[in-house]
Amino acid sequence: MSSSTGVRGQGPGTRGRRSEVKGQGTEVDYLVTSESRIPEPRTPNPESQIPKSPNPRTQDQLRATNIHKSYHKGPVEVPVLRGVDMEVRRGEFLSIVGQSGCGKSTLLHLLGTLDAPDRGEIHYDGRRIDNLPAAERDRLRNHQFGMIFQFYHLLPELNTLENVLAPLMIRHGTWSYLARRRQFKCKAKELLEMVGLGHRLKHRPRELSGGEMQRAAIARALVTKPCLLLADEPTGNLDTSTGEEIIHILRDLNDRRNLTIVMVTHDRSIARQADRIVRLVEGRIAE
Amino acid sequence: MYKLLLCLRYLRTRWIALASIISVTLGVATLIVVNSVMQGFTGEMKNRIKGTISDLMLESCSLSGMYDFDAHAERIMQVAGDRIEALSPMVAIQAMLYLRNGENTIVMPVDLVGIDERTQSKVSDFGKFLQHPANRRAMSFLLHEDGYDVRDHQAGDEAPPREPMAGAGWKHRREMARFREFQEKYLQRRQPQSAPPPESSTPPLSAPTRDPFAGRLPEEEINRFDPAAEQHAGIVLGMAMASFRTSDGVDHFRVLPGDDVKLTTVTVGQPPKDTSDNFTIVDFYESKMSEYDSKFVFVPIRKLQKMRGMWDPTTGVGWINAIQIKLKPGADGEAVRDLLRAAFSPRDYVVSTWRDKQGALLSAVDMETRILNILLFMIIAVAGFGILAIFYMIVVEKTRDIGILKSLGASSRGVMGIFLGYGLSLGAVGSGAGLVIGLLFVRYINEIADFIAWATGQPVFDPSIYYFYEIPAVVLPWTVFWIVCGALAIAVLASILPARRAARLHPVEALRYE
Ligand SMILES: Nc1ncnc2c1ncn2[C@@H]1O[C@H](COP(=O)(O)OP(=O)(O)OP(=O)(O)O)[C@@H](O)[C@H]1O
Ligand SMILES: [Mg+2]
Repeated sequence: MSSSTGVRGQGPGTRGRRSEVKGQGTEVDYLVTSESRIPEPRTPNPESQIPKSPNPRTQDQLRATNIHKSYHKGPVEVPVLRGVDMEVRRGEFLSIVGQSGCGKSTLLHLLGTLDAPDRGEIHYDGRRIDNLPAAERDRLRNHQFGMIFQFYHLLPELNTLENVLAPLMIRHGTWSYLARRRQFKCKAKELLEMVGLGHRLKHRPRELSGGEMQRAAIARALVTKPCLLLADEPTGNLDTSTGEEIIHILRDLNDRRNLTIVMVTHDRSIARQADRIVRLVEGRIAE
Repeated sequence: MYKLLLCLRYLRTRWIALASIISVTLGVATLIVVNSVMQGFTGEMKNRIKGTISDLMLESCSLSGMYDFDAHAERIMQVAGDRIEALSPMVAIQAMLYLRNGENTIVMPVDLVGIDERTQSKVSDFGKFLQHPANRRAMSFLLHEDGYDVRDHQAGDEAPPREPMAGAGWKHRREMARFREFQEKYLQRRQPQSAPPPESSTPPLSAPTRDPFAGRLPEEEINRFDPAAEQHAGIVLGMAMASFRTSDGVDHFRVLPGDDVKLTTVTVGQPPKDTSDNFTIVDFYESKMSEYDSKFVFVPIRKLQKMRGMWDPTTGVGWINAIQIKLKPGADGEAVRDLLRAAFSPRDYVVSTWRDKQGALLSAVDMETRILNILLFMIIAVAGFGILAIFYMIVVEKTRDIGILKSLGASSRGVMGIFLGYGLSLGAVGSGAGLVIGLLFVRYINEIADFIAWATGQPVFDPSIYYFYEIPAVVLPWTVFWIVCGALAIAVLASILPARRAARLHPVEALRYE
């Protein structure tokens, strides 16, 4: 585990350094390469511009307006989200807290375009994304978002390295992937080293501990150089100290690489590590 | 890329799916074996039919036949000479054959065919089916001294030797003559006064009044004819008449070249009268079509014409029943048939190709093959439903993984591709294994048959029934290709439904699935 100390050592104590890193902008360039730009919509939609904010690109990276979502249980409609308004600023570490079952995961899935809201709009970099065609949303998820889940969600048939490489395999066709295989592998290994899993490359997920699986999931989320990391209770299934380690990794990513992170949790102490906390109560943002 | 990788991984880790593919493997293997064996039988049969009868046949409808072969031949050559390689005349009639087997006389109905030995081998494979090498080169109705094949020249080394054939020929004839002489003398000495008529020792099968050997040969004729030095007109007997084969493949001979037989047939006069004569066996005819080998006897056409009164002694020209026509390679039999039909009045002549004559048999075999193919493909289709069920299970099991892939940006089509590819590769593995097993089975089919016969004590393939020593099998590449394609198609079809289900899974639902 000695290889992970480099990350863990820069825990909350580095918070003060964050602003100067942000100012440099070099780390942002590392993350936002030309190939991971948001896809242009097929038809320019004038309505997608939010009239409220004159220059959304500089302000909010992600913005949800008046989101409604309800599930149907037979004839009964179960409203979960009833008008969520929230925004995620570029480079911030936002934490969403709320009671179990209040709809945090639902909201995160909507933000990650895994599901579509019943009502309301979601804008990413000033562009409306909730009504994009499926192929565009797939591209967006692959190029711009990284996702981490409570149950790690690694593919059991693939080993750690292959799991980390999976998003790149999805992005590239067989030939272009094989042509750049070596480069991709280097990158994946680098990331695994960074999260402290350099010695577990060939292990299957079931041969890893919970914390190790979550680190692998983080490496997988980062391998595509995303602009936004969506984490759904990344520590929910881990003991306190392992959870702390995971949060340190996220904290560090936010500090050093200026990665925007949205983290869902119901653990107050975990949530306090974030820059900002929003509370989800009765399907609305309370604060 | 991920599709390929996951396909391979699923293939390696999900053994249950391989179980479902075993039925595809077996289906493909069985199809290949059945088709090869059927093809082998059909091919063998087709060869033999084509060997036994000529490409085309011009037959006369009238009882007395057509007069003058040469005139007819000329007319045929005029009509389609450029496509014809050879012609040969033929007289065919039903007859009774009397064989002497020890003290018994066997009577059997036969198809008596008068042939011209110089041209017969040109219009069919007649010559190839004979047992003396010299006759195979140039047929003659004269008995050979010896040198008849002891081994079946058409079979491989597996065929057991035919030892009695070593003694056949003039050697055998002289021996038999000495033996009969001795026997006669001995009988006369023992019962000089009241010698019972020799026919009393023959079974009731041949009526005593009609016994050919006892009653019909006058003393002086026997005196004039020296069987040790002379022969009657030659006759070629079908192998199955002269011998019988036990299930171990050994042939037991009733008569040998050199023995005499008697034939009774009818004249062409009105009303027909019976006529008989003696013949000396000069060779055996073995086409390996038991139907032919147990029915046909061949004699010189001139001899038969004289016997039946089909010969005009003043002009030396005879009547014949049919003309056998051999076409040049590549010539269209049906076209020549139609030309000849136009040239020869259908009231008096019938023109037919070998297919017209034996097509029913071949199409029966074809139909059997088709029905077998349909049945076996149904087995593969049943296997397809097995694949469908197991694939559905796998998709359900992989629900969460599908959600993960979609959250990583995989498209629905990509997810569908994984499962279609999985189905295709399972089909490929299954039918590939089936292909190998099937081909190996065909390759070693006789060894396998022997082994099963040895293990069960029951012969699988009885050479006495089929007249081949081995199971014939011919692998047609195209048939194999289509079988494999069919199996692959079924595997893919069976995976479409589960793959579509996988593609339509909602990512959130899939991620919540635990
Ligand atoms: N497919 C569904 N059908 C019906 N109801 C659903 C469905 N999915 C979620 N719900 C309901 O929506 C509500 C919100 O679910 P969600 O998973 O977003 O909660 P959560 O805040 O993430 O809870 P937790 O903290 O336990 O993860 C819950 O009451 C749940 O029962
Ligand atoms: Mg949740």
